[in-house]
Amino acid sequence: MKVLVPVKRVVDANVKVRVKPDGTGIDLANVKMAVNPFCEIGIEEAVRLREAEVATEVIAVAVGESNCQEQLRTCLALGADRAILVETAPDLEPLAIAKLLKAIYDEEQPGIVILGKQSIDGDNSQTGPMFAALTGLPQGTFASNLAVDGDTAEVVREVDGGLQTVSLKMPIVVTTDLRLNEPRYASLPNIMKAKRKPLDVTTPEALGVDVGRRTEVVDVSPPPERQAGIKVENVDDLVDKLTNEAKVIGQG
Amino acid sequence: MGTLVVAEHDNAALRPVTLNVVAAALAIGGEFDILVAGSGCASAAEEAAAIGGVAKVLLADAPAYEHALAENVGALVAEVADSYDHILAAHTTTGKNFLPRTAALLDTQMISDIIGVESPDTFLRPIYAGNAIATVKSSDAKKVVSVRGTGFDPAPADGGSAVVETVDSAIDAGVSSFVGEEIAKSERPELTSASIVISGGRGMQSGENFTLLEGIADKLGAAIGASRAAVDAGFVPNDMQVGQTGKIVAPELYIAVGISGAIQHLAGMKDSKVIVAINKDEDAPIFQVADYGLVADLFQALPDLEAALD
Repeated sequence: MKVLVPVKRVVDANVKVRVKPDGTGIDLANVKMAVNPFCEIGIEEAVRLREAEVATEVIAVAVGESNCQEQLRTCLALGADRAILVETAPDLEPLAIAKLLKAIYDEEQPGIVILGKQSIDGDNSQTGPMFAALTGLPQGTFASNLAVDGDTAEVVREVDGGLQTVSLKMPIVVTTDLRLNEPRYASLPNIMKAKRKPLDVTTPEALGVDVGRRTEVVDVSPPPERQAGIKVENVDDLVDKLTNEAKVIGQG
Repeated sequence: MGTLVVAEHDNAALRPVTLNVVAAALAIGGEFDILVAGSGCASAAEEAAAIGGVAKVLLADAPAYEHALAENVGALVAEVADSYDHILAAHTTTGKNFLPRTAALLDTQMISDIIGVESPDTFLRPIYAGNAIATVKSSDAKKVVSVRGTGFDPAPADGGSAVVETVDSAIDAGVSSFVGEEIAKSERPELTSASIVISGGRGMQSGENFTLLEGIADKLGAAIGASRAAVDAGFVPNDMQVGQTGKIVAPELYIAVGISGAIQHLAGMKDSKVIVAINKDEDAPIFQVADYGLVADLFQALPDLEAALD
């Protein structure tokens, strides 16, 4: 069984991003880029499935500009067997990405598709369920545990109230939450080996998918700044301020 | 035409966030209906019919909808969506689960997690963990939109007297089923709707030490939250996580204890009205957003605070 893991190139989680002064977007010049952390968890889960002999091959796929090859190489170093880049303009919308992934899915016929639950740049949280809807597959979103047993899988989901377990008929779509696993680090030998693993490049045209935009980002602005407040001396001072100045406690 | 609000509920009653989604529908303007999909959920539908301004309530009552499985509810909403030009749901783990499916079935690019309505086709939404606010205009015929609860003040829960109409549709995709759940039971208010939240971070050092927060929470009527670091360390369960990838809260008062203030945590709480930070590291970034900062050892400060609230 193949496992397909779509991954996204995003600004590194530790970078403090800045909005461009002209309001057209985020300044990405000379900013460190990385594999979206949730996608990295997806790669780790897929590699563990192969190590457990549930899966036979792990395929990483990215949609974006040619520089996404850097992140695909990272995935190969983390244990993916091969990679596919769908080379496109930057910032495709989740619906277009889901359509491209469906085309890849139709070609590869994987048993499990593991995506991140959201990307830390767009914060949309759409691609996984959209892809599942287009392929008609069941989904286990926000997964903190995945157990495959023959032609079904049980997924434990992190939901607002706690945890929910669902049973899904294979093939399935899973989106990762933080507690699914802790991704490994790529070793130097594996980084070297990754350079020789296959990385195919295709295009939306070759896959026959229309990726035209449906939305327009009219403006991007910084959020309203919070004023830094004051330091209080002690607990009594704090309670006094909250009661008499901010009036958020002890008002009845 | 008009707007369809997909209610969030537990079959017995509506969840409060439904009123915030209704507020977004009111901001868009025009008529709105509410869809209640579940099993044995007639009481939730009655509650929805009383919401001020609702034109009609659609009730889809079938076993296949009991646990809001995305495969079934997503398809139902796509079917019902035919007669609407806006489809709204909460940006919760329920809404995030089924609404993108609905959008894909309708061949529509969904707009996620809106915090403002500029016009019926243009919305404000946070990106990059709230470090930027994007204004997004949709050119799709139908707008499928998820709503951040804290972005809209709740609409009035009463004043309406809509008819409840039954939707005769029981879609069971047959590919997924509910096995079980572990839902945290608490006497305290729900995290995302509490007016006071007290959260602990890695500085709490253990799950047991969260009892130090409980006494204070009881006195203030507060909900208890946690940073991702505290959840990842196994101190407390995931449903308590506040942050970019957890819950978004905006209470009147947020008290951050032993939380350094990572970007992803700030994304979940920086719209709180008043923020208090208690941390022994005076350089912790949390102090940059705190209205009141107390540099102190939390193991000293928390018992003192509990005593001072008597």
